This record gives sequence, structure tokens and C-alpha cells, in this order.
Amino acid sequence: MAPVITESTVDKLAHLARLSFEGESKQKIIKDLNNILGFVEKLNELDTEGVPALTHISSEINNLREDKVIQNITREDALKNAPKKDSFYFRVPKVIGE
Amino acid sequence: MENSIDKYQPVIGLEIHAQLSTKSKAFSSDSAEYGELPNSHISAITLAHPGTLPRLNKEVVNFAIKLGLATHSEINKYNIFARKNYFYPDLPKGYQISQHTGPVCSNGSVTIKNKSGVKKQIGLIRIHIEEDAGKSMHDQDPEDSLVDLNRAGVPLLEIVTKPEIYSSEEAHLFLSEMRKLLRYLEICDGNMEEGSMRCDANISIKKKEDEKLGTRTEVKNLNSFKNIRSAIEYEIQRQIELIESGNRVKQETRRFDAHSGKTFVLRSKEQADDYRYFPEPDLSPVVISAEWIEQIQRQMPGLPEELYEKYVNQFGLSHYDAVVITETKEIALYFEELVMHTSNYKSAANWVTVTVKSYLNELGIGIHEYPVSPVKIAELINMIDNQLISNHIAEKQIYPLMLTHKEKMPGDIAKEMNLLQTNDTGLLNELVEKAIEKYPEKILEYKNGKKGLLGLFVGEVMKLSKGKAEPKAVNRLVLEKLEGN
Amino acid sequence: MTHYLSISEIQKDLREKRITCVELVNYFLTRIKELKHLNAFLDVYEEEAISHAKKSDEKIKNGQMGRLTGLVMGLKDVICYKNHPVQASSKILNGFHSIYNATAVERLLNEDVNIIGRLNCDEFAMGASNENSAFGHVHNFVDETRVSGGSSGGSAVAVQANLCHAALGSDTGGSVRQPASFCGIVGLKPTYSRISRYGLIAYASSFDIIGTLTKSVEDAALLLEIMAGKDEYDSTVSSSEVQQYSKEILPAKKYKIAYIKDYLENPAINFSIRRETENFISLLKDRKHTIEGVDFPFLDYMVPTYYLLTTAEASANLARYDGLRYGQRAEGIHELENLYKKSRTEGFGEEVKRRIMLGTFVLSEGFQDAYFTKAQKVRRVIKDKTMEILADYDFILTPTTPSTAFKLGEHTQDPVQMYLQDIFTVQASLAGIPAVSFPFGKDDDNLPIGLQLMGREFCEGDLLNLVNQFVNCP
Repeated sequence: MAPVITESTVDKLAHLARLSFEGESKQKIIKDLNNILGFVEKLNELDTEGVPALTHISSEINNLREDKVIQNITREDALKNAPKKDSFYFRVPKVIGE
Repeated sequence: MENSIDKYQPVIGLEIHAQLSTKSKAFSSDSAEYGELPNSHISAITLAHPGTLPRLNKEVVNFAIKLGLATHSEINKYNIFARKNYFYPDLPKGYQISQHTGPVCSNGSVTIKNKSGVKKQIGLIRIHIEEDAGKSMHDQDPEDSLVDLNRAGVPLLEIVTKPEIYSSEEAHLFLSEMRKLLRYLEICDGNMEEGSMRCDANISIKKKEDEKLGTRTEVKNLNSFKNIRSAIEYEIQRQIELIESGNRVKQETRRFDAHSGKTFVLRSKEQADDYRYFPEPDLSPVVISAEWIEQIQRQMPGLPEELYEKYVNQFGLSHYDAVVITETKEIALYFEELVMHTSNYKSAANWVTVTVKSYLNELGIGIHEYPVSPVKIAELINMIDNQLISNHIAEKQIYPLMLTHKEKMPGDIAKEMNLLQTNDTGLLNELVEKAIEKYPEKILEYKNGKKGLLGLFVGEVMKLSKGKAEPKAVNRLVLEKLEGN
Repeated sequence: MTHYLSISEIQKDLREKRITCVELVNYFLTRIKELKHLNAFLDVYEEEAISHAKKSDEKIKNGQMGRLTGLVMGLKDVICYKNHPVQASSKILNGFHSIYNATAVERLLNEDVNIIGRLNCDEFAMGASNENSAFGHVHNFVDETRVSGGSSGGSAVAVQANLCHAALGSDTGGSVRQPASFCGIVGLKPTYSRISRYGLIAYASSFDIIGTLTKSVEDAALLLEIMAGKDEYDSTVSSSEVQQYSKEILPAKKYKIAYIKDYLENPAINFSIRRETENFISLLKDRKHTIEGVDFPFLDYMVPTYYLLTTAEASANLARYDGLRYGQRAEGIHELENLYKKSRTEGFGEEVKRRIMLGTFVLSEGFQDAYFTKAQKVRRVIKDKTMEILADYDFILTPTTPSTAFKLGEHTQDPVQMYLQDIFTVQASLAGIPAVSFPFGKDDDNLPIGLQLMGREFCEGDLLNLVNQFVNCP
């Protein structure tokens, strides 16, 4: 079977995931992903025609919150962990073109 | 060019984001209020700190059901949420919680009416629940963008219409109808300037005889009624020109620039993100029962469309009056209370659309600040109808006092000022005598056939009575006098 | 210092004044220092632990003991503890301090638990050997050339080596049970949704659950009893009644147990593990429990299903680590897209990146149905088939792992080989049911062997009751 993951797939996925793979690490991730996808091929042996996808494992429903305001942290708490900030805002570099 | 415009039919679909006016956010308890200092309405959840989880605000579902009922939508019984994955600094989790398959409402419709009252139904594909993003400010600092997360997590309903809007005019009508609905339901303040209602438009054109829709462009973030019209008109014109000059419309996302009045490419279809929607495992499903819907149904206010129908069909009001009265819920409620106390609907409508509205417009205030209660206006109308006062007295003398003397009823004012009309024949005859004596030469002219002079004598009597004389009685007495002589 | 097996033994001695909380804490602090090279702890809250112990001793004097007074515990580095660092053993969260308590932690603190530090683990709980930590691997105390197991490796070794009395871990596909098995202690993975996940750093949301690593079943029962139940911060947490597990484990009851024949016949399984499983089956019979072999031809589908689903969820769960609001930001980058990429590429380790990439792929347009949705369907099949067995039997018995603790570095080159470590543990994770790993016998190298029992949803009381009949840790 032809490998599912090519260099261009990795480029696309890496961009979606905001990661970068260059040189050796790129070749390795291509190999690893194809290896894993080969391994999971096994699932196609199992007929799941008509089986509904299982999306929620907890059997809870309608676990909803009342519309009440509880403000339990301050701006200082919020900004405390920020790598770059001023007294009011998180600071991030600009997107080129904006 | 005019010829070519006629060949084409614009087809428009709108996506509206209505920010819900809940107290707290969609999935966390921090305040959803607009306008605080940056990064003060936040929580560990809003900041997407490690380990935090969303929990849905029940009011968001209530509001969605309300809008669903108001738009005659099917309400989805089993609701799950989805993660829409993309990176942006104002999206703390790296995904937006939204609904993908199975939106809370589907297949609804909204009726719009043009200036002459002609109706058209615009279908809704879906209404779904999602959360808003924060705000990034790019122009405050040369180096950095500044991120404020107050808005992140504020609940939204996204309303998606079918491509059944055929002009910028219809788009405008739809949007104002939708805003009216949101305001009637009190689920969104509809304030486009503050961004609590936002709109994207999908625009395409096709030859009138064609069935198939043309390639569409999506114009993003139209933040005023004016921009929506301009953007749609510009885009239609641009697409016609493209096709007329032998080119093709490309499927892309565009941005409207209000300064130039033009739209610009943001990204092409190829650059579109792959959002990788998948069911949100952190939120339990929401099952909406028939009882829940009934409970919301009982809380539903009268809606503009229903009120409009009642006013036109049962009250016999004009299209114009019905539109003005139903324009806002507050005015409609005022009118509704007014007609509980008087059955002269036309006069009631007239008072509201002319006298009340002009007062509000003049002072730039809302009806909740209007000093005269509906009960008092009703009494005034009833006094006129019972011929206790004239229209003129009511408007020029009693009404101004009602504005300044909030505690007084119009009947009391009329009595205190001695303004009640009289039809006491003895007194009126005296006045008629006086009037006739004043213009002996006019009597001659009258008798010679200048019957129009009747008005002069009647007017004189009214003047002498300081407006209190009941005009019909005066008319009769003057006529008897003149003809009798 | 007596080697206590349970919290009740500690509290008995505290009450009878044979020991103080301060003495206990000092004992553990000394051991942590002596055995620093095991690399179990990432941070030790020495001063806090001592001052907490002093207060606890005061409470004892005043007769105000909490249910956990005297319990010195460590937290896996994926569990949030207010004003303390937490970073999922990842560089990407360098310097991060939690601004809130996990619900489970809050409940333990309310019972006067003394948290002594945070424990090493695989980065974002992704791994089966603790070799994926940004802070290096953890050594198994039985044989320091061997792995601790993972991902809750630090938690397991800390209890194994008596660096603290008990520890919290988290289990997504076996991350509590497998290291417990490698370290010869009790590892409980409760029913999915039994304990609030609020404050547990997410790896795969539809699998993750906080679990306990303890020396005794009694402690596991008590800790679960305290942590379990409804929480206003987790909409998936179960509202079903929380049993008094610490009472449920007594008196011993008789049960009906199934073992899966194909599992024992699997060629990957180590000889001594098969032997001990068979010994345990005989022992169950001797003790008048019912035990029967059943067929369950789905073993080969478990690990693939698990990896497709967990990596997909992880790819979204780990999107928040972008170096913008907290954590480590790459230096010298003045453009947003590059900053995202550089911060994340530098911040995440290789295995985490591999799983994010796989997860991104299986959710991507054109592939989602074939991989992700397919796996969700297989998950339902596995859950339904598992529940069919549990309709006839109280529990399912399997080994916890196919091998005992392996050598450091033995599987690091082949991700698939490492993934197969989870072959017996992912079933309970896929089905959302409770499972416990308990020590039973040793292999020829004197390494501990763990066996696993799985039960029906919310039947932790019975599950722990049975295990309690066989566990009496050294």
C-alpha cells in the first residue's frame, strides 16, 4: 500500500498544528506516521456498518449551569503567567499584514 | 451597463452572529457584560488554563429555544457541541466551542415587509450556539498586538439564512427584522456598533433565467446597516463587471473597507482552514424536551410580526402605523397598554406615532423615559371622543401640562383649567349673538349666497368661548340663526 | 519508622501519640533526598509540608482530625494545585503556576491531606515508561536500570520507594495501572466521570480520569470516596451516588469472574505473567469464587482504536499551549505564525508532537470518517461487547501488562512497540469502566507482576472488595 503520509501532508498537518519539522525530524515523522497508520489499518477488518459513533462516554445529560456571575480571579491573576504583558493586556507579536 | 444589471439576479445569504445578553459567559461564570476594563471579565476557564473545562449556561439554551420558536424553527432534541480548531491569539483554547452537526434550531423563517407592506419569507438554514472570541488590537502598539479576553466565551447564536435574499434592500430589511426579533425576545441588544450583532454576507449573481447559483464570495464583518448595503451593492456590481468582461467570480472570503466602499480579498478557497470539527467531549449533551419548549413558549412575548398582523387586520391601522408601533418592543408595549384603555385604535396609533414619537425624537430618549403613562393618553383620547374637549384643547393646552405634571390626570387638568367643552345652548346662543353683531355686513353677504361665511361665525364663537364650545353645537346654532333671520 | 500500609494505621498511631505528623513528613523528606536519583519528584514543597504537619499536629491535639490528617501525598504533574507549579513534565509550561485547585485536590485538602510535592510523568501523560518527560526518566526502585512504567511513573515510584504514602496519577489508557503493576503497588482507575476532571490537565478528554497509587486497597477506597462525585466545574462528571467505598470493601464477598482466554494465549505475553494469572485463577477457585474463561476476539483492535481517538482529542486539547497567555514562548520572534510554530516545536517533546500530528491527521478533511469516526464506531463495539461479558460476570480478569518492567531505552525507538504496552489496559479506558491493577507474584528477575480486574460502571465498591481479599502488600 502506498504511504498515506507524504512530505506535503506533513507540511499541511504541521501548519494546522503549528509545529515545524525539518530535515531529519521531517523524515522521521513521515516514517512514524505511516508506521502507525499501517498499524491501525487493522480496524478496517471490523465491520461497523450501522454502528453509531460513540461520542460521549459519560451518561450525564443537561448538566447545565445557572446564569450567575462568579468572578473569582483578577486581572493580576490572569496576567501573572503571561510571558509578555503590560498592566492590561497580553502582548503577542503581530501577524504580518495586519 | 444598466441593461446588463437587469440580466442578473443577485442571490444573498446572511450569517448573523447575535451576542446573547446573558449575565455570565456561555461556558464559565465570569461576567459577559460589555465594556469593562480589558481582561477583567475573565476566569481560568476563559483563559484556557490547563485543566479547565467548560460548563454550559442554561440561559443560553433558553435563549436559543426562544429564537427558535420566534422563527418557527424545528428545535433539535439531542444537542451536542463541536470543537472548531484554529489558532488565533483571541481564541484561548485553540478551538471554538460551536455546534456542527445538529444545530439547536433548523428550517425556520422570518417574514420581511417592504415599504409598501409586501411580504416575503426568508428561510433559515440553522441557528446554532457558539462562543465568541476575545479581541486583538493591532494598531495600539508598533510592535505587538494587544489581547483582551473579556469577550472570549460570551455566548453567541449564529443565524444562517437560505440564499433567498435578492437585493441589498432585502438584506437590510431582513437584518432589521432579525434585530427587532432579538430585541423583542430580549436575548440580544442588537447593537451593531458595539459588535453585539455582526453580519457576514454570501453573495453571488446568476442570470435571471438560470436555475443554478453562481460562485459566491463571502464578505466578512459588516458592522453597520450602511456597510451591509454598501458592501452588497459593491460586490454585486463587481461580480457583474467580472462576468460581463468575460472573467469568472472566484470563491473567496473578502473584507469590506468602509473608507473606500470596496471589498478586498482576505483569502482564497484554497487557503481556507481545515477546522477539523469533532464532537466536544468536555460537554455533556443537551436534551431539549417538549416540556422545556412549552415552558419557554409560555414566557414568549408578543412578537412584532403577530402584533403587526393584529394592528393591520383587527385594528384597521395603516401599514405605516403598524410598522412604526412595532418598531421596538417598548413602543409596542406602550401601545398595547394604551389600547387596553381606549378602543379608538386609530386615534391611539396617531397619538403614539405622531405626538409621542416626536417628543422622544426631539429629546433623543426612549419611551421608558417618556413622562406620560398610556392610561393618561387613553383618558385624553376618550375625553375627545366624548366631546368633553376638542382635539385642539387636548393637544395645545392639556397635553403640555401632562408632560410637566406627571401626577395629574388629563380630566383633572381640564377641570382645573376650566377647559371642558360646553354645549349649554343658553350660553352658546349669547355668544352666537355677539359674533353676529360683530359682522353685520357679512350677514348680508351670507344671505346673498356666500354660504362659506358660516365658518367665520363659527370660528368667532369658538374664539369667544376660548375653545370650550362644542363645535357641532355651535355650528347648529349659528346655522339656525343665519337661516332663521 | 514503621512502614505503614494504610492511612488508618497512620491515624491510629497519630491518635495514640506513637508518632506525629511532623515526624512522618521529616521521614518522607529524608527519603526523598536520599533517593533523589530515582527522579520521582519534580518539586518538593519542604517548608510547606512541615508547616502543614505542625498545624495537623495541633488539630490532632484539639481532636479535629480530618479524614486524611497525617496522609503525605504527591501529585502527578498533571494535577493543578493552586499557587504551585504544574507543567505536565513539559517544557512548554515552564514557569507556569496554577491559579486554582483541581476539584479532587480541593476535596483532599478539605480532609487535611499534606501535599509534599509534584511527581514526574510522561509529558502530557503520553507514554508507558516515563521516558517522555522533559525532566528525564524515573528509575524503578526494584531495579534502577528498569523503567517505572508510565505515564504516572513518578507517582508509582514515589509510593513504591516510600517517598510519600500515596500519590495521585491519571489514567487515559493505563497510565495508573501499568506503572502500579511495574512497581508492585495498587493502581485504581475509577469509572470514567466518577471524579471531576476539573484541574486535571487534559490528554484525551473522553478517556482521562484521576486515579490513585497506593500500598493498600483500603487507601484507594478512602481516597476515591473523598474525591468522587458531582462538581460544578465539570459537566461530564457523574451525578450517580458515591458509595462509601471504604466500607464496601468489607466484608469479603463471593463473585463471578471471567477471564479472556485469547489474552492468555497471546504470544506477546511474558511467561511468568501467564503463570501468575493462572495461579490467581486457581486461587480464586480455591476461595470459592466462580471463574470462567470467555472469548473476546477484539484484542487487536483495542490499541489502534485507542490511539486514533486519544491523539485526535489531544491534538485539540494541546492547542492551548501556544506561549501567548502562559508558559514558554520562543525568543526573538516578531511574527505570530512563526512564534506559534517555534514555541510549540521547542516546547513539546517528540512523542507529544507525534501524537499531535497523528491526531491532526485523523481529524483532517477527507480522512476523518476513515480514521476518527471509524474508531468511534469500533469503540462502541468494544464497549458493548465488554458490557455483554459484564452482564454475566462481575469482573473481567486480565494481566495488567504483557511484560514486567523493561529496561530503560528498550522500546524508545519504536512507538508502536511502546503503544502495545497498553494492550490489556485500554479496554477499560475505551469502555469507560473501572479497573484496578494489583500486585500478584514476581517474575524470574524478582520484578513485580500486576493483574487487572475490570468491573461494571460505578461498581468500584465490589471491585475493591474482591481485590482487597488478595492484596496485602509487603
